Amino acid sequence: MSELQHVIEMSGITKEFGTFRANDNIHLDLRKGEIHALLGENGAGKSTLMNILSGLLEPTSGEVKVNGKSVNISSPDVANELGIGMVHQHFMLVDKFTVAENIMLGREKTKFGYIDRKKAEKDIQALSDQYGLRVDPSARVENISVGMQQRVEILKTLYRGADILIFDEPTGVLTPQEIQELMGIMKKLVNEGKSIILITHKLDEIKQVSNRCTVIRRGKSIDTVDVAVTSQQELADMMVGRSVSFKVDKKPANPSGAVLKVKDLTVKETRGFDAVKNISFEVQAGEILGIAGVDGNGQSELIQALSGLTKSSNGSIELDGKNVTNLKPRKITEAGLGHIPEDRQKFGLILPMTLEENIALQTYYKKPFSKHGFLNYKEVKIHAKRLIAEFDVRTPSEEHSAASLSGGNQQKAIIAREVDRDPALLIAAQPTRGLDVGAIEYIHKRLVELRDNGKAVLLMSYELDEVMNVSDRIAVMYDGKIIAIVNAKDTTESELGLLMAGVSLSDAQDQAEQKGKEKGVVDSTK
Amino acid sequence: MIRQSKGLLNSLLVPVMSILFGFLFGAVLMLAFGYNPVEAYRAMIVSVFQSPYFIGEALRQATALTFTGLGFALAFQAGFFNIGIAGQALAGWVSAVWVALAFPDLPRILLLTLSLGVGLLVGAIWASIAGFLRAYFGTSEVIVSIMLNYTALQVTNFLIRNVLSEAGNTTARVGENANMGFQWLSTLTQNSRLNVGFFIAIIVVILYWVFMTKTTAGFEIRAVGLNASASKYAGMSAEKNIILSMFLSGALAGLGGAVHGLGTFGNIFTQGGLPDIGFNGIAVALLGLGNPFGIFFSSILFGVLNIGAGFMPNQAGVPDEMANIVIAAIIFFVGANYIIRYFIDKRAAKKQTASSTSQGGDV
Repeated sequence: MSELQHVIEMSGITKEFGTFRANDNIHLDLRKGEIHALLGENGAGKSTLMNILSGLLEPTSGEVKVNGKSVNISSPDVANELGIGMVHQHFMLVDKFTVAENIMLGREKTKFGYIDRKKAEKDIQALSDQYGLRVDPSARVENISVGMQQRVEILKTLYRGADILIFDEPTGVLTPQEIQELMGIMKKLVNEGKSIILITHKLDEIKQVSNRCTVIRRGKSIDTVDVAVTSQQELADMMVGRSVSFKVDKKPANPSGAVLKVKDLTVKETRGFDAVKNISFEVQAGEILGIAGVDGNGQSELIQALSGLTKSSNGSIELDGKNVTNLKPRKITEAGLGHIPEDRQKFGLILPMTLEENIALQTYYKKPFSKHGFLNYKEVKIHAKRLIAEFDVRTPSEEHSAASLSGGNQQKAIIAREVDRDPALLIAAQPTRGLDVGAIEYIHKRLVELRDNGKAVLLMSYELDEVMNVSDRIAVMYDGKIIAIVNAKDTTESELGLLMAGVSLSDAQDQAEQKGKEKGVVDSTK
Repeated sequence: MIRQSKGLLNSLLVPVMSILFGFLFGAVLMLAFGYNPVEAYRAMIVSVFQSPYFIGEALRQATALTFTGLGFALAFQAGFFNIGIAGQALAGWVSAVWVALAFPDLPRILLLTLSLGVGLLVGAIWASIAGFLRAYFGTSEVIVSIMLNYTALQVTNFLIRNVLSEAGNTTARVGENANMGFQWLSTLTQNSRLNVGFFIAIIVVILYWVFMTKTTAGFEIRAVGLNASASKYAGMSAEKNIILSMFLSGALAGLGGAVHGLGTFGNIFTQGGLPDIGFNGIAVALLGLGNPFGIFFSSILFGVLNIGAGFMPNQAGVPDEMANIVIAAIIFFVGANYIIRYFIDKRAAKKQTASSTSQGGDV
């Protein structure tokens, strides 16, 4: 009994939004000291379930027990008191504050009305050391790495006394090394008596750290399995409800002439430093060029310049034979660019607007959607309905707001909008971030299909697997420069890893371990 | 269908509750100072509705507020806080009167169109200054339009003293051809100053709705207001939409000022401060939740309150100041409607819990 002690039992959880059942009689139990993975496609109801557990939503029916006692988690504060803490996917940190200030925010320890910073920093340091989190309490959040920011989020929940930690897709923003480190931290946490629910799409992570896994599909809990005896393929099939293929099937590329020509491009970031430094490359029709690199090496700025969202300070961009350097976004779009933006909620969608309006976002001003300055909502609706069906966007209707869709379905709507315009070049920035295998498989297929139809695709991703699987050629960016362009089928993960860390191509090929020396021999173009 | 009507009901709940809370708070205040709130409210409301004249006057007030309310709402939907509505309305007022005085012999329909048109245009240009500076230099439209409010006030007073009159404090009255009154309307409302502006306001309410929900330009303004980054990504021009929304916002305010000036007064006099229709228009827009029909009805409410407050001193012995405080309390609760929203949400959450536990019992 004691070794199988349940810290959380959720039984018969149902949550209805209007007529839509986001959770339908879901069962989930978490044993003390285990890492329990929660696996499901986007929109399967994982977030709803976890929002119920963390007090953000109340279930329509069902029972939640914490440590054997039936509880009513009516607000996040109640969840907090019960020792449930959530490590959010999107960090909730104040950039200008120090790590310690962020952690004690809302829980300030005071001495005669003054904040006792020293005591807080000491406590935080002690916690950090206990779990091996390696966090500097006095550093400002804006100056620390993404990995460390996440560890600050973890510390925040621990500082508030959490025994049950929910990790919401924690690895999406991390580099491979940081992911390994996080896995270590999670194991350490359970060794120290914490229990963890890990929400993820990544099957290899589930295999690596978790003990059991509950699979949710379309709001229902399908099964809870012992991870050690279940294969990744079985997990994936269970999640999607059919057999899934991991490999991206593709014929050899058939490149036929450059669609995008970038020459000597330099782009400044907001503070005025050069984020992209004198880059030149081409993307051919009929090929997928991947851009690999650790977050923050100029990839975002490069793509913003290509799509007209930022001005470049030097160099030229030619798209489909037209010079589009520093043109406005619409001119570039009309010259033949499709763009799946990196931040889909900030740039890709207007969340409060309806799905049909969002699907028309790039074409609303053209016939047949607009005539004599009036929008033709009939056409907008017909168009939206067709794309929703064709791209399998799961939504109760096209009149629901984009905000009501799950992340994967939001992404599908964006892809539908961009691909349907039949652009000569599609820029896909982090197109599968936070999506499940079913959606990833689908999106990769679409990208390859576009390539096979003779379009050019520029794929920017921080996920090495994705870049290697989907691309034909891979450009590695480091410190604002393209440090090398390699053929996807000739390279290896370790070679790319070294290049991403700034090691020159020749050194990387020699597997030399010496750090970031870029000798004159760097093959920076082709 | 059912879902829609439920949504409508819910969205009406907040403004209605705001108004009720305002009245309640006003009543508590009056009680605290020894006045009879029932008498006072009876005086305020019954007196207005008993007399066609005061109904007409309330609607006349509502007319100007509809314009300024719509003006504020338009910029607000695009994400800008046009606090310069009052100055733009004043600019519209003075220029409409000026035109009417300058061309007294034009045919009536032509002179009215010209005067109102110039008032509209001047208000629009006045607001566009703030829009232009915001679009190309990133200056805050709030600060610039506050400055422009004072500029409008002083320029207007200067014009009245030095150009539109012989060093006097009022201009001459505009001629018969710039009269916005309708004989049958005055007869119906026993010589109130209700005028054709009321019907223009109704038309503008409908045009506003059509513009915002049916046109491409309205779609862009809404999009920019909801998510400026995504709008830029979708190729909409931020500069164009800032200036356009401020232009239209000022146009509505300017038209409101022109209608107010010609319809209510028929002249302009030196002002001690900015006209109320500006700031009350902001309150009306907030109470109407940005919906043109909501704005129309909340203007009428404000008209009734304003006119009705005048009866409180005589009929219920509540001093003028108290009457104004009661109105202010109502406006306060309108502005603070998130408090009411908070309580409504909390109630809804409680209800849900209650139903979930009762259902949970069956399992």
